[in-house]
Amino acid sequence: MNWYAYDTWIVIIGALCAIAAALPGTFLVLRRMSMMGDAISHAVLPGLAVAFLVTGTRASLAMFAGAAIVGVLTAVFTQWISSWGKVDRGASMGIVFTTLFAFGLLLIVQAADHVDLDPGCVLYGAIELTPLDVLADIEVGGILLEIPRAAVVLGAVAVVNLLLIVSLYKEYKISAFDPDLATTQGVNAGLMHYLLMTQVAVTTVASFEAVGSIIVIAMLIVPAATAHLLTDRLGLMLVLATGFGALSSFVGHVLALWLPPLMGFAGTTTSGMMAVATGLFFLLAWLFSPRYGVVRRIGRQRLDVAELPEEERLA
Amino acid sequence: MKRLPLILTTVVLTLAGTGMAGAHGDSPSPARSAGLYNTQFAWPSMEDIFRVATLQDYNTRLVVLTTFILGLASGLIGSFLLLRKRSLMGDALSHACLPGIGLAFIIMVAAGETGKYLPGLLAGAAITGVAGVGLVMAVRNTSRIKDDTAMSLVLSVFFGGGISILAMAQDMPGASAAGLEYFIYGKTASMVMQDFWLLTGVAGLVLLGSLLLMKEFTLLCFDEGYGKSLGWPVHTLDLVMLALVTLVTVVGLQAVGLILIIAFLITPAAAARFWTENLKKMLLLAAVIGALSGWLGAAVSALLPRLPAGAVIVLTAASLFLLSMIFGSARGVLKRALGHARLKRKVGRQHLLRAVYEIQEAHCENESQAPANVPVPFDELSRKRSWTLKQLRKLIQRAGREDHIESFDGETLSLSESGYGEAARITRNHRLWEIFLITHADIAASHVDRDADSVEHVLSPDMVRELEQKLDMRTVPASPHPLNQGESLS
Repeated sequence: MNWYAYDTWIVIIGALCAIAAALPGTFLVLRRMSMMGDAISHAVLPGLAVAFLVTGTRASLAMFAGAAIVGVLTAVFTQWISSWGKVDRGASMGIVFTTLFAFGLLLIVQAADHVDLDPGCVLYGAIELTPLDVLADIEVGGILLEIPRAAVVLGAVAVVNLLLIVSLYKEYKISAFDPDLATTQGVNAGLMHYLLMTQVAVTTVASFEAVGSIIVIAMLIVPAATAHLLTDRLGLMLVLATGFGALSSFVGHVLALWLPPLMGFAGTTTSGMMAVATGLFFLLAWLFSPRYGVVRRIGRQRLDVAELPEEERLA
Repeated sequence: MKRLPLILTTVVLTLAGTGMAGAHGDSPSPARSAGLYNTQFAWPSMEDIFRVATLQDYNTRLVVLTTFILGLASGLIGSFLLLRKRSLMGDALSHACLPGIGLAFIIMVAAGETGKYLPGLLAGAAITGVAGVGLVMAVRNTSRIKDDTAMSLVLSVFFGGGISILAMAQDMPGASAAGLEYFIYGKTASMVMQDFWLLTGVAGLVLLGSLLLMKEFTLLCFDEGYGKSLGWPVHTLDLVMLALVTLVTVVGLQAVGLILIIAFLITPAAAARFWTENLKKMLLLAAVIGALSGWLGAAVSALLPRLPAGAVIVLTAASLFLLSMIFGSARGVLKRALGHARLKRKVGRQHLLRAVYEIQEAHCENESQAPANVPVPFDELSRKRSWTLKQLRKLIQRAGREDHIESFDGETLSLSESGYGEAARITRNHRLWEIFLITHADIAASHVDRDADSVEHVLSPDMVRELEQKLDMRTVPASPHPLNQGESLS
């Protein structure tokens, strides 16, 4: 296994994506809206299609704006259907994203079926190719650093997400755990909901434009769920989630390089392996978490029985 | 905030409109100038419509029948998912099928087969699909992680694994894995007879399973804890239900694709929910709506050029959902809005009549007697509650339409005979309820007016009779608290 400079870049870009996603993702997990990332990544298709049809190019910015707008609309429509129609939120999410996806597919097929704009290319942005798209060269201490565009984009999204959550930490916290209490404390819970949804939409769109959708769906939820098994404190949970995300990026890339030759295959995709790596960390936490792990849980049941007085143990 | 929906809708429609204009209008686009566009659009002739409607083409017949049956089966099983608040299970499940497809391909190629043997791929998909569902259940049952996070977790990790496995399979010598991922994106318009028979078999199985286990599934949907306390194998039943979902998903997946199968599992059931509170009716309706969307969507797609069947079916189902959400006879938005408005009118009328009656009481000399039906000054009435003058005039106007008002000249108001009787009855109900609350529910006399207010408008005649018996009162009792003016302002 040979490690080149662009392998380092792939890991860095993956880690930036993980940090950008894990911050809003933590709140998605706490608010029981984990499927939002998947829903948004499917639903943005009409946004991409309309942006393409209006501008006539695949220019990044227009596509990004179109996708982000539809991403936020997904959250808005889901909210309307579940509050006006009194439909379960999961179901309304499903209805909204399948409908938007179908609408986007229709637009594409009607107008641009011969242009390179198919769901496949949207869903599989390739992280392996990101180091080739260089935005700027910087020389630091005699070493030439070729900074990829994806690193800049995802770094910016991560910084914005971090700043938002640090500056509005109290508001995020209270509206995630108790929206009604938030309202009585003068925090606009509805506004916080849409702010979070906007963050999720922008992060999702920016990530899968750069590195592919599967990484961001995994990075939104799995590291946050892992952290949730390890701590009860929100601040620590955010730190752990970003940490596990970044670590998964490294482990995933190593797995992608190391595993296939071991089993006699030529190679595989890094993005898929990064998602698998997040799953491995979750598996470990699920089994061995000191407080909420399965092993600990079984151990505690045994212990509890052993501690009981003799007569009660028989009952 | 009220206008936000309107503005957003306008923006969306405008965007969609410009999109359409870009597609059909004259705006120049690079592709168009390259001469690649085929902009001819012809409405289908009557003959075409007749051919599709009577299913004369072999291909149309197959697509329409298959989607019809799939809609039927998934509408049925989707209803149970919806009631279990697990609609997105289909989403997680269909993504979890991908690694199974890749693994089955690799194993079959390694064994010297072609690798694209359909039953083998289906079996692989079903195995990892079931594993994914099992993992969702295990994570949910043994940790603090909730349903939605568990589903999202399995979805992304399994799908990521699937992509990795497919990428590995891509360079296996001796077989081409190209197009394998389209297994989960579907091929609605190019189905074969095999799909039809597979789907028919699965639909039959789902129908049979749901009918045989109707009682068990119903209990599971509405009161899992009660089922457990009766000693029912709740977890096993849950798995049976999810196994049926897996069957529909796996077989439907390769026939019509990921998005359509997710939509089919959710949308018809959610639409049916607006029409009925009865589970059996809902199941039937969901199956009908699913089948109808499949049939209509496939037919429209066959009639018009360049409309992918899967997308049209999803949009048809979504339109049926929207119609149901607005006009649904049990929980529709319109129905609930009307009910709300009707209750508001009723409450307003009762407040007006009681206020008039209480003023008449105040004017009455002899306290033990019922007050006479004397005209009441408008000023005094407007001070009684926190009405604006406009609201009060509107209330009086409406009460007049119901023959409760004898005359109203802007200064004084007099009730008709029926209005007076109604006012006495309403006041009596209110006081009965107040006294009941004070004597039986220990609510302080100073607070009882408001508490009574929230229930009295929906008291049934039976309830009033029971109150009469309990309190042994036949006439209008005196108010248990002082009736000062503007009491309800406090």
